[in-house]
Amino acid sequence: MPALCRDCLATFDAGARCPRCRSPRITAHPELFDLTIAHMDCDAFYASVEKRDNPELEGKPVIIGGGRRGVVSTACYVARIKGVKSAMPMFQALKLCPEAVVVRGRMDRYVEISKQVRALMDELTPIVEPLSLDEAFMDFSGTQRLHGAPPAVMLARLTKRMKDEVGITGSIGLSHNKFLAKVASDLDKPRGFSVIGAAETTEFLRHKPVRLIWGIGPAAQASLDAAGIRTFNDLMRWDRRDLSDRFGGMGERLWHLARGEDARRVSSHTPVKGLSNETTFFDDTSDPDILDGHIWRLSEKVSARAKAQDKAGRVVTLKLKRANHTGLTRRLSLHQPTQLADTIYRTARGLFDQVGDQGAYRLLGVGISDLVAARDADREGDLLDPGAGKRAKAEEAADSIRKKFGKDAILKGRALR
Amino acid sequence: MKLSIERGALLKAVAQAQSVVERRNTIPILANVLIEAEGDTVQFRATDLDIEVVDKAPAQVERAGSTTVSAVTLNEIVRKLPDGALVTLTEEGASGRLTIQAGRSKFSLATLPKEDFPVMASSDYTTNFSCPAPVLRRLFDKSKFAISTEETRYYLNGVYMHVADSDGGKVLRCVATDGHRLARIDADLPEGAEGMAGVIVPRKTVGEMRKLLDDDDMKIAVSVSETKVRFATPDITLTSKVIDGTFPDYTRVIPQGNTRKMEVDAAEFARAVDRVATVSSERSRAVKLSLDEDRLVLSVNAPDSGAAEEELAVAYSDERLEIGFNAKYLLEIASQVDRENAVFMFNSSGDPTLMREGNDTSAIYVVMPMRV
Repeated sequence: MPALCRDCLATFDAGARCPRCRSPRITAHPELFDLTIAHMDCDAFYASVEKRDNPELEGKPVIIGGGRRGVVSTACYVARIKGVKSAMPMFQALKLCPEAVVVRGRMDRYVEISKQVRALMDELTPIVEPLSLDEAFMDFSGTQRLHGAPPAVMLARLTKRMKDEVGITGSIGLSHNKFLAKVASDLDKPRGFSVIGAAETTEFLRHKPVRLIWGIGPAAQASLDAAGIRTFNDLMRWDRRDLSDRFGGMGERLWHLARGEDARRVSSHTPVKGLSNETTFFDDTSDPDILDGHIWRLSEKVSARAKAQDKAGRVVTLKLKRANHTGLTRRLSLHQPTQLADTIYRTARGLFDQVGDQGAYRLLGVGISDLVAARDADREGDLLDPGAGKRAKAEEAADSIRKKFGKDAILKGRALR
Repeated sequence: MKLSIERGALLKAVAQAQSVVERRNTIPILANVLIEAEGDTVQFRATDLDIEVVDKAPAQVERAGSTTVSAVTLNEIVRKLPDGALVTLTEEGASGRLTIQAGRSKFSLATLPKEDFPVMASSDYTTNFSCPAPVLRRLFDKSKFAISTEETRYYLNGVYMHVADSDGGKVLRCVATDGHRLARIDADLPEGAEGMAGVIVPRKTVGEMRKLLDDDDMKIAVSVSETKVRFATPDITLTSKVIDGTFPDYTRVIPQGNTRKMEVDAAEFARAVDRVATVSSERSRAVKLSLDEDRLVLSVNAPDSGAAEEELAVAYSDERLEIGFNAKYLLEIASQVDRENAVFMFNSSGDPTLMREGNDTSAIYVVMPMRV
């Protein structure tokens, strides 16, 4: 059986240790050198970056997240051993792991490291599809001749370079389509390398729960449960048309996934769908002035990200979560795409006013979606709002001041509320 | 109820009624048309709660009465009947069915009680005047393209009909704007309209009312109150709520100091705009106008798809000017011009531009430029 040493990249016929360097970090699989679709997922990415930047954290449990009311955004593997998980409320995490070092996330830094990892991936194949800062699909079809080595070897080299040159670790899933590659990368974390071959696909999936499918959230899970579908085996028993009738477009997809089939291509052009920021309050609030301040700050954040990426959105979304955790979302299509904080704020504020008084909120989010290139944004003035042009110019001026003197150099009064 | 009516007359009346009915309805009775037969007329009444239309047609009424049936189904049936057919509508109180018979065709439709049908409350109309159909047609046809669809500025979702001062005299004026373009159309003030309160006539009402205006010799009776507006011909009465809001002060939007004048053949201009806009990306069709001595160059530069350019001879004698517009808006205003040349009055590339037909100021258009 073909095998690969992930430390020295030697290829050989299966064995327990590498014949060259004696490392036990071996991946062996009959289809190892034939598979071309990969998924790379960084291990506890935010925590790894913090540890890399601050050697004092080495070996300590590290949690990224914020505030008493916040949730765990990432926990390092030391903290995970104690039971800390992503999205867990912070107080609960600290109960499980009181000695944990809590670090507030530094998004700018994560973006920077993510770019370095991305650059390494770009060297391997032109088809890299990032899903977020810390994971990406890669399609290696036809690259073997170019590299003089099969994809598996290039992937092992990638994780090695990530560790040596960037200082973070990642896990690889290698398979024959996106769905299975993503499943595989999660099988053997951290620093894993898992392979799901075509021959074993159905056997592999048989007893796995359907929630393995990326995109099956609690709601979809509930409707699948109601249909008596828990495992892939349950799914296999369904007729194709029955699935479509019951689940609509998703049914057709489920039928294929049940058989380990996924025809989606890895695409380096997958556009970002939207940009949004949200904040969970320290204390629930219904104070319109405080909420207004948050709407402004979040609009400014979203706008800053849009400007950094040369994007503009046609749809503005306001998201609210009430004290009892029920959520509500309101959105509005704009006449023209925008990247201006002023326009995003005014639209979100209008949506907020429409919602009316619904008591205290614990979370507020602002986002833009239906993204287009920035050159198509904010090109038309408004006859009935002659001040809009002036405000846009003021925003432009403020942006250039921030560029020069830092992002807190100039603020709107309402940002301080 | 039993009555007979010629198919053509029936179709005309039912078609007008069913177009008011909302297609997606949660209240069943609102999908129905109320049929009332008495004397020698039958009338069809339909409503969406904001607009009510009552359409009368002559009929041989054998037995007076009234009932309601699905407006859309009734319209479909009548439409498919052969021309010239005599249609008989019969309703036996007990059956809960309306029978429609024409030649060898026979239909039976479910009815809903006429008592459930919401009849729009009458209003105290403070202004009543009569206006020739072609005058109203011009006022609304030339302004309706600028009606906004934006829900947040609901007070722009209609045409603002009011009495205004113009050159010392009073005029009947219609204004519509969506914040990107504006149309202001004037007509001689009809007798009796002097004291009219300004009303915002909703988009849908404008569309429905338009169907009353095709006959050049028709006089339309217009009645206005603070909350309602009514347009009536001898056969059809259209009553509509008006938009409850304040139309913004549009007068400050209309540029007064634009001095750079360009005169161009409107049709030629529209065709050229349409041609160059072909290459621009679908959503924001920005066209650049570059003006020089008696020369206009229209150009589009879409980085992803291509570029286009066309030169036109115009009358222009001011400084060089470059200004961008949404191609759709240019086409729309240019197509309003039907007799003379289009006259554009520019200021700078960032200021609203004014367009009118020749020297006629009874119809002016304002359009906001676009950054190009």
